[in-house]
Amino acid sequence: MNTTANEGVKTTPMSMIQALRSAMDVMLERDPNVVIFGQDVGYFGGVFRCTEGLQKKYGKSRVFDAPISEGGIVGAAVGMGAYGLRPVPEIQFADYFYPASDQIVSEAARLRYRSAGEFTAPITIRMPCGGGIYGGQTHSQSPEALFTQVCGLRTVMPSNPYDAKGLLIAAIENDDPVIFLEPKRLYNGPFDGHHENPVVPWSQHALGEVPEGYYTVPLESASIFRSGSQLTVLAYGTMVFVAEAAARETGIDAEIIDLRSLWPLDLDSIVASVRKTRRCVVVHEATRTCGFGAELLSLVQEHCFYHLEAPIERVTGWDTPYPHAQEWLYFPGPARVGAAFLRAMEA
Amino acid sequence: MKPHPPLRLHVPEPSARPGHETNFAYLHLAPAGAARCPPLDVKPAQTSDLAFNLVRVLDDEGQAVGPWAPKLDPAVLRKGLRAMLKTRVFDARMLIAQRQKKLSFYMQSVGEEAIGSAHALALAAGDMCFPTYRQQSLLMAREVPLVGLICQLMSNSHDPLKGRQLPVMYSMRDAGFFSISGNLATQFIQAVGWAMASAIKGDTKIASAWIGDGATAEADFHTALTFAHVYRAPVILNVVNNQWAISTFQAIAGGEGTTFAARGIGCGIPSLRVDGNDFLAVHAASTWAAERARSNHGPTLIEWVTYRAGPHSTSDDPSKYRPADDWAHFPLGDPIARLKQHLIREKHWSEKEHVVLQAELEAEVAAAQKEAESYGTLLDGHIPSAASMFEDVYKDMPAHLRGQLAELEARS
Repeated sequence: MNTTANEGVKTTPMSMIQALRSAMDVMLERDPNVVIFGQDVGYFGGVFRCTEGLQKKYGKSRVFDAPISEGGIVGAAVGMGAYGLRPVPEIQFADYFYPASDQIVSEAARLRYRSAGEFTAPITIRMPCGGGIYGGQTHSQSPEALFTQVCGLRTVMPSNPYDAKGLLIAAIENDDPVIFLEPKRLYNGPFDGHHENPVVPWSQHALGEVPEGYYTVPLESASIFRSGSQLTVLAYGTMVFVAEAAARETGIDAEIIDLRSLWPLDLDSIVASVRKTRRCVVVHEATRTCGFGAELLSLVQEHCFYHLEAPIERVTGWDTPYPHAQEWLYFPGPARVGAAFLRAMEA
Repeated sequence: MKPHPPLRLHVPEPSARPGHETNFAYLHLAPAGAARCPPLDVKPAQTSDLAFNLVRVLDDEGQAVGPWAPKLDPAVLRKGLRAMLKTRVFDARMLIAQRQKKLSFYMQSVGEEAIGSAHALALAAGDMCFPTYRQQSLLMAREVPLVGLICQLMSNSHDPLKGRQLPVMYSMRDAGFFSISGNLATQFIQAVGWAMASAIKGDTKIASAWIGDGATAEADFHTALTFAHVYRAPVILNVVNNQWAISTFQAIAGGEGTTFAARGIGCGIPSLRVDGNDFLAVHAASTWAAERARSNHGPTLIEWVTYRAGPHSTSDDPSKYRPADDWAHFPLGDPIARLKQHLIREKHWSEKEHVVLQAELEAEVAAAQKEAESYGTLLDGHIPSAASMFEDVYKDMPAHLRGQLAELEARS
């Protein structure tokens, strides 16, 4: 256990899994209306162990297993929210959310609107996303654009344990439905795309130092992950570390913005950075066409066009299903991101 | 070995199409009083017969017979009759208003008024119904003010839902009436979730879920049954089998050769099939299911057998797909006429009182409509403000919506 001298807050090294568990522990303790349920989350503690020990600590009526039915899990959560609870359901993999689409898009997202505020769905749907774990096409997807397109939803994706805990607490306390995407390749350590290297644990990274108790990282606020002067990188989740590696390897002084909240997002931070550096590279792991990057490009074009020195670059996964054997040909690693940096600088 | 004949796809059909007469034998009706009434802690499998039988109380002479006959105060019965009649008068009046283009759309519940009226009177204050678009009788039984309903239907400046919802998609939290979704079946599992929440909190309130025969084919229906059984949720799972989902006969939803009540048995839920046009049977079965839920015995599935006497909505013409005079031959009759017959027989009501009540309700609805129209109609453009279109998307309006509102206001 360490104490951060400048803040005087007790911190502990935590993996992202431990940080997420700590957030749920804090909220179960603080708010008797918080309940957690999903496939394997109860006695076992989840396939990624995020809810380990919580059922034992808070009882079976607060943390419990659910049938294999994503539509049922989210539908029941909407009903619980209408009653007055603050459910935090888990979808075991983001790749499995599709059966819950109707409940997310037509119900949770619009309940406040259609009932003029009589009923709300203050639910936080956690789901591990992204690749890099040889998960194949059903354990690797990044479906964030399917959520950012839906009015009424908040979509959040942390890139490190500190943000993961603070954002999850903020999401649970928020009265809107929140889609909370957890890049599973970051669960146990930062990952810069160099898959040939051994995993570096979070205990060796500054952002793995996590306060023990309650704190929040506000929604709709991006963070400047690395400040720089030559170009702006808009990234989130795993790609934040990939972009950092690309900056290191190309020697380009990139300013990396970790969006954290994808929608609604912190447009001011994006605009300020791009107007400063005058170049912009958008990076995400998800497929390209109609991906969230397309919206980011559009916003930068609308707000920064007369400040730009080069066309906006976009590095993404290919428009194919996420492959198994060809994972590292698909994954937008530091070489591809670095090449985009060079193109942006040379233009 | 003899070769097999070619395989054939079976596509169910109703017994009659326009120009012919429906053979209602497919309903397998039982006489009033024939079905037994099991104890509240009955095992699911021990209701198998009741899921295929039919719980009925009122016989053809208007007599209450059999083990389900409730001992109800005549005042409750008169209240139920009033709620049913008010629903019908209201529907008739709003249908005319739609034809006059004062509202864009309407959905009647003619022939189904007993189900919501009796059910609402069997529930307690604080219980929450998760209705479909044809349960307006729940609201009439709970005596909600009509002006607010009509303002919603007219999408006018006083519409409590601020013009955001299609007419009839009411939301009335205080009346225990959940916001109606146009996406079918979604509310069924939500009701189970609400009931689970009530149990998690150690509350005494129960939920009541509603769905039509057609939408039982949706995944959310089956999911709801599973969750309700798994967590023994305090919920009543109502399937209103009115035989028709727009033009689709209930056999296409899977009703052929079985019942919708039977779905519950396989899921481990005690299930009943009940005469939905029999006010006394609806009240008795609802009371039984509510008492089970409130006593931690868990969910009950009830199939209410009824008939959609009117079109699906004002956009529908049923003469294109079913015999025009079908309802006149429907063997379970008119729920209002049946309760009226019973009350008169028991000397709790008279033809004269009925005429007076009808006139009183027509005047009440007309007065409410007059007041609602004073706040505008879709015809005269007195609709909710542009700004209200951007509110309630999120609890607090985010920057991008503030920007879009400013954009709209700058252009208009």
